[in-house]
Amino acid sequence: MTDFPLTQSESSHSASPVPAANGEYAIETRGLNVYYGNFRAVRDIDLKIASRKITAFIGPSGCGKSTVLRAFNRMNDLVRGSWMEGQVVFHGRNIYESDIDAVEVRRRIGMVFQKPNPFPKSIYENVAWGARINGYNGDDMDALVERSLQQAALWDEVKDKLQQSALALSGGQQQRLCIARAIAIKPEIILMDEPCSSLDPIATLKIEDLMHDLAQIYTIIIVTHNMQQAARVADFTAFFMIDENRAGTLIEYGPTQRIFTNPEDNRTESYITGRFG
Amino acid sequence: MAVATEDVRIPAAAIPLAGAPVDLRKRRRPGEIIIQGFLLACGTLSILTTLGIVYVLLMETLRFFGRGGFNPLDFVTKTTWQPAIGEFGIWPLVTATFVTSLVAMTVAVPLGLSVAIYLSEYASTRARSTLKPILEVLVGIPTVVYGFFALTFVTPGLRSLLGRDTVEIYNMAAAGLVMGIMILPTISSISEDALSAVPNALREGAYALGATKLETAVKVVVPAALSGIIAAFILGMSRAIGETMIVAIAAGSGPSFTVNPLHAAETMTGHIVRLSGGDLSYDSIEYSALFAIALMLFLITLVLNLLGRQIIKRFRESYE
Amino acid sequence: MSTDPNLAPMPETTPAPDRQEFAGNLSRRHRAAKIWRVVFQASTVVGIVVLLTLLYNIVTESFGLVAVQNEVEPAALAIGGVPMEDLSKEQLVEILKGKVSAGIMRRLERDEPFAQRSREGVLTLVKERVVNPEIVKSWPLTESLLKRGAIEEEVRQNHPKARLEFKSWLNWNFLVSPQSSEALLTGVRAAFLGSLWMIAITMLIAFPVGVGAAIYLEEYYSDNWLTRLIQTNINNLAGVPSIIYGMLGLAIFVRALEILTSGALFGLTDATTANGRTILSASLTMALLVLPVIIINAQEAIRAVPGSLRQASYGLGATQWQTIWHHVLPNALPGILTGTILAMSRAIGETAPLVVVGASTYVAFDPSGPFSKFTALPIQIYQWTSRPQEEFRNIAAAAMIVLLIMLLALNAAAVLLRNRYARRW
Repeated sequence: MTDFPLTQSESSHSASPVPAANGEYAIETRGLNVYYGNFRAVRDIDLKIASRKITAFIGPSGCGKSTVLRAFNRMNDLVRGSWMEGQVVFHGRNIYESDIDAVEVRRRIGMVFQKPNPFPKSIYENVAWGARINGYNGDDMDALVERSLQQAALWDEVKDKLQQSALALSGGQQQRLCIARAIAIKPEIILMDEPCSSLDPIATLKIEDLMHDLAQIYTIIIVTHNMQQAARVADFTAFFMIDENRAGTLIEYGPTQRIFTNPEDNRTESYITGRFG
Repeated sequence: MAVATEDVRIPAAAIPLAGAPVDLRKRRRPGEIIIQGFLLACGTLSILTTLGIVYVLLMETLRFFGRGGFNPLDFVTKTTWQPAIGEFGIWPLVTATFVTSLVAMTVAVPLGLSVAIYLSEYASTRARSTLKPILEVLVGIPTVVYGFFALTFVTPGLRSLLGRDTVEIYNMAAAGLVMGIMILPTISSISEDALSAVPNALREGAYALGATKLETAVKVVVPAALSGIIAAFILGMSRAIGETMIVAIAAGSGPSFTVNPLHAAETMTGHIVRLSGGDLSYDSIEYSALFAIALMLFLITLVLNLLGRQIIKRFRESYE
Repeated sequence: MSTDPNLAPMPETTPAPDRQEFAGNLSRRHRAAKIWRVVFQASTVVGIVVLLTLLYNIVTESFGLVAVQNEVEPAALAIGGVPMEDLSKEQLVEILKGKVSAGIMRRLERDEPFAQRSREGVLTLVKERVVNPEIVKSWPLTESLLKRGAIEEEVRQNHPKARLEFKSWLNWNFLVSPQSSEALLTGVRAAFLGSLWMIAITMLIAFPVGVGAAIYLEEYYSDNWLTRLIQTNINNLAGVPSIIYGMLGLAIFVRALEILTSGALFGLTDATTANGRTILSASLTMALLVLPVIIINAQEAIRAVPGSLRQASYGLGATQWQTIWHHVLPNALPGILTGTILAMSRAIGETAPLVVVGASTYVAFDPSGPFSKFTALPIQIYQWTSRPQEEFRNIAAAAMIVLLIMLLALNAAAVLLRNRYARRW
């Protein structure tokens, strides 16, 4: 794996090409612009996400990190009035083309939300439901549920109470349940939108540990407010900021180590050293 | 990193292969399309209903006026309604409708407003939660039951109170009084919504100036909620105008042009019900006349409802 | 008063407001406040008092003493020791022939041949025309209980041939007997069944359509003119007087679509009348009437389902309908059921549209299907209330008790059902 230098430009057009072991990117954006009505929320994003690595999006509040994240699995479609320019390329196709099925995309690119949102069903049902509606016909469901809960490091805590309501679990457990639920449909990429922001430090730590294991199988993209978290878990980090028109742009993108110890852009350096944000 | 690697091994087959071909194209989901179509049809049914009402009422009304044999202007100028001899002045029916509705309002407005003020300004949450369902029961009672009550209890009461000669057996007052009780919950609940929506800051300002609870409620909160309260009155009036069975049973049959509530008279709704219940041939002028009356009723209630709802929308917007 | 010379002297201020300027009316204001508070409180009681009076009125008319006089005592009609109630059909027909004029017998035969009538039907005829009970006077419950002595005296004096008995107008016979023109013998069976049939068919139509429209407006909502029009339209329809719906039903379902509603299309017309005034027409009309109620309530229930639930579902790659069916609807169910129950209560109690659509007031046979002539409980009550005889007042009251119990049972069932679903998670 070669380490490419970052390209810097005035308009913060930086796409860090960091290929994966097999030479492929999990997903990439080309000139992505997302609008809400007349307002441009993010501007000209070029990103190539490495496969089976953890990539973190950091930046001050309101700089469009979540918007970019949600563009990856077409969740922005659900917001009335939102539209985009540019491409998001996945398996060689732009997922926004008219003949692409958003439902199919979302099965392959899963999402864990900021506030845990398990279904008001049993723990078992929460994990099984997604697989069921996607026509799962593999090994028996029990095994799938067990595997998913194990991968989410939740199995030991719930194996005796699978039929209990998911809402009875603690916040941290609920979030791991949501991860298990996302894993059960065997995605390629897992998007995490500030998954630990509503959890206590111990629960946060458990999930960060989990991420390392998950990254051996899945590509993970995480949006986080917490720079220390990015430094701890991410292999690559992308730093976003808003420009003078309040549109989010990508300032710098590269291996986490370099971003945090030797950033090339002084805005990155200012943010990291806490001078703003 | 406390998780042992052996525990989490999943078979290689479960890992999506990077090079395997992946079909992201839109799958045809005919089920979804059919369902969406069905749901849309359900939604548009309501439009068809309104169109149906307007069409049916208009067509027959035009047929009524087109029959000739009487001056169409008589409809709104003459004061006798006797289809048998070709008299089609609608005023007796309209005045009866308005007299009964006004009697209803004289009962429902003060009572409804008082209840609303009490529930919003004085009552504890527990009192409110017990009182409101009881008031809702008043709305749920079938109107025939109210009509029976008006005829068998209120009328005799009125007659013994005011004399058997002043109060006829069928009279508009009994029907109106009972209608007032029926629309009381409507007026009180909308008024209460309006009163509760007034921000507490207003009340606190009044209290801080040394006002009593009564003065705050009546001189500060009620004026602030005035538009909502007026909307409540309008909608209550509309309900009273459209009410049928209470007046059909207790107010009288046979149009008579009088404003004395102690006399019998037939309202627009009562007239329609009486004639429909009898033998009516589809081609007679009486049949078409019913639709003309119904059209008038529809227009009056439509205007009142639109007005009331518009006012409510405006006062809700100003507080949210 | 500081004596420090460095401080500037206190400026000349207006004197502090004298207590006197503002005192004086405080006690009056408090008194007024107390009085009005009582007034407001009392007004809430007025509604309850009226409600109780209404119920009292109904109950008191449904039970009481009656003075009954038979033209021919049933005991006199017994044959060979067998009481009249148990006689065979042939014996009953004989009695009828003996006591009733030939002309009337011919007419009865024409209406329905005796060979076809049931024994029960002939027994009813014997009771109506031979025994011919007549209520000479009836008293409401309170009087019956309190002034029993005076009543007995009055009966002894004015109606010597009459028998005084305590009658509960609401009795088993009342519930199961078919209709009759005699107040003493009539029953609400046909009306009760008619109401049930009508409610069932109304709900069968209105529930799916109403919930469907609510789903469309809330989930497939796009801010275009069509959806906004539909929404305003529904709000307006909720306020249209019920009799207008009756006119609509009359013109469209009874007249224009007569082929469909009378059953001619399916070859299932009612035996006695082949026109559009059937249960189906009534149910369709009522369905249109209650549709806005169901839709508005269902919309609120669906709106209350949190967005995070939908997002979680979509994030797993579920389609829109899968999300609605598996997550939105189950969570909105309690609210939807509430609206449905409200709608049903309205439908059961509505009279005016049914009269306009052509409910029959005399239905001798039980309704046999959606294409039968029909009558309903409120219609019966309306009919009976309009009759001048005292006894019709009594049976109207009894029928009202049946109606109110029906409504009570319905609402109670609804609350139970709703609690069961709301308690789930």
